[in-house]
Amino acid sequence: MDAQVLTYIFVGLSFSLYIGIAIWSRSASTQEFYVAGGHVHPVANGAATAADWMSAASFLSMAGIIAFEGADGARYLMGWTGGYVLLALLLAPYLRKFAKFTVPDFVGDRYYSSTARLVAVVCVIFISFTYVAGQMRGVGVVFSRFLEVDINSGVVIGMAIVFFYAVLGGMKGITYTQVAQYCVLIFAYMVPAIYISIALTNNPFPMFGLGSEMIEGGYLLEKLDGLSAELGMTAFTSGTKSTIDMFFITAALMAGTAGLPHVIVRFFTVPSVKDARISAGYALIFIALLYTTAPAVAAFARINLIDHIDGMNYAQAPDWFTKWEDSGLIAWFDKNDDGVVQYRGGSAMKPTAPSFIDSEGGSGQRAVSNMPTKNENELYIDRDIIVLAHPEIAQLPNWVIALVAAGGLAAALSTAAGLLLVISTAVSHDLLKKTFAKNITEKKELLFARLSVLVAVIIAGLFGIYPPAFVAQVVAFAFGLAAATLFPAICMGIFSKRINKQGAITGMLVGLIFTLSYIIYFKFLFPEMNSSEYWFLGISPEGIGFIGMLLNLFISFLISFSTAPPPNDIIEIIDEIRQP
Amino acid sequence: MSDQENAYWRANIRLMLSLLFVWFVVSFGCGILFLDFLNQFQLFGFKLGFWFSQQGSIFVFVCLIFIYTWRMNHLDKVFGVEESDTESPQTGAADSIDGES
Repeated sequence: MDAQVLTYIFVGLSFSLYIGIAIWSRSASTQEFYVAGGHVHPVANGAATAADWMSAASFLSMAGIIAFEGADGARYLMGWTGGYVLLALLLAPYLRKFAKFTVPDFVGDRYYSSTARLVAVVCVIFISFTYVAGQMRGVGVVFSRFLEVDINSGVVIGMAIVFFYAVLGGMKGITYTQVAQYCVLIFAYMVPAIYISIALTNNPFPMFGLGSEMIEGGYLLEKLDGLSAELGMTAFTSGTKSTIDMFFITAALMAGTAGLPHVIVRFFTVPSVKDARISAGYALIFIALLYTTAPAVAAFARINLIDHIDGMNYAQAPDWFTKWEDSGLIAWFDKNDDGVVQYRGGSAMKPTAPSFIDSEGGSGQRAVSNMPTKNENELYIDRDIIVLAHPEIAQLPNWVIALVAAGGLAAALSTAAGLLLVISTAVSHDLLKKTFAKNITEKKELLFARLSVLVAVIIAGLFGIYPPAFVAQVVAFAFGLAAATLFPAICMGIFSKRINKQGAITGMLVGLIFTLSYIIYFKFLFPEMNSSEYWFLGISPEGIGFIGMLLNLFISFLISFSTAPPPNDIIEIIDEIRQP
Repeated sequence: MSDQENAYWRANIRLMLSLLFVWFVVSFGCGILFLDFLNQFQLFGFKLGFWFSQQGSIFVFVCLIFIYTWRMNHLDKVFGVEESDTESPQTGAADSIDGES
């Protein structure tokens, strides 16, 4: 059967599974809607957390980034897993003991102030919307390439599915669909990786295949470094980022990961503190399976790309090459007019991303209006397509290609659902029930929760259909802001009895404003100055959240120690959450 | 806080700090600060520093969380602060809301 029919079947089957689960696990009370009744088994919660966490960025983009950046990709690998150690040791058990519904719940109660709660709500909504926008791009890419519908209908179908199970099932529905989505996405990631690992190294474990000898002899990584050097690319095992920048970006991603609201709330859903601890461990095992495979996929992909593409005659280009060209994610600029693709280091054109014009080049390729660069490279490949295109590049069977498409959708949809739920909870619970309409009944609150999912889905859908040009830029916001605001506020709330509301609120605001201004300054106001010579201490906007966090901590302590300590009932709450 | 509770909290902090120390050494230490130094050693087909930054630190992270869980459950028993197995500690606000529905 051809890949497209199989993709329809796989995607159709997985979507019916999600809907079936949603109908089976409807939520009747706000407690079920917000925290799945607090009855989720720790292993199930681990799988759900993994699916919640591993988004289109982890599934589609990460291996692609590593394939092109090599060693620099480690900031994502370590940053996005090391955060779980912080989460497990510093936050999860205590927040579970606290036993409420949301992150602003904790901030508001611990700092006895609705201002603190409001600041937290603003952070939560901002972080989550930034993140949702990225998922929609992933859904769009998969739909447009594999189902050959246009991106807009793809986004609408995806949103309809998420809306259906999030509104019906709330956290309970989302949890069990996420467990199913984890199974789909990890299977879809591992199968092609195992296939390719066996083909290249004869090792059925791709994470170890990366360190093995190739079938044709010689260590895989050494051969890859050699190939890359020949073609003028940076060696796979070395990077170009400065040590200080790597340090700060990794730190910001770690603290940001631990402070992301949609991940934290997952730990409200398990029955006990003990379960919260072990559940973080299961979550990280499930995540590590994909994350240790990603660098292998990246290295295999770079080898296969060089093998199959460099020196290829365009007239004989395989089907996948021209299809991705049609989607605008591959572009070929025949600089020397020889009809042969030269794949080398450096970017092929200025600006890097192609803008296609409505005509054909000498060999029938899509022509671009970009200027050629001086190097020999003629090829532009969007990093997001590596995982999707790799099975085709390696000529795997059609069902594997279809499986990867279903996996990409599972990754994007599961994260989108988790984020939408967090946004709706922040509105119905924190803004309405706890702040502006304190005496609404539970029925009404549940209605508002469902309504706000609807509104959030529509806004997220609009992000997908009219993607703001800055989607990629703002992702740095989500982690930076979580690191500079929520993570330190929660940590201090648990580990210090002296931090009071004045300190916490000022700290969060300082962290928020500092991080936001730094990113806006370099990403939007003066993008031409966005390079290491202008950065503060050589720290890029991606890593500035960590400085924001240190500032937050410093200001919070300074102000708290010069004002009155928190009241006694707050001290009692702290003593309470410190015991399981 | 009673002396018993204080001792439990101090033991908890000690455990946490020692695990975070390992966490820092494998990721920021081996994976970033001493990356170039470690890269002169070889582990199968990997340069050692590269391995730590791309895979090794992640394996250690997983172990750290399980060690934490195991030691904390042990501390809970020693200091007699275990949760009772029968009832869920989700109390207060949550229960009263359940009653309304």
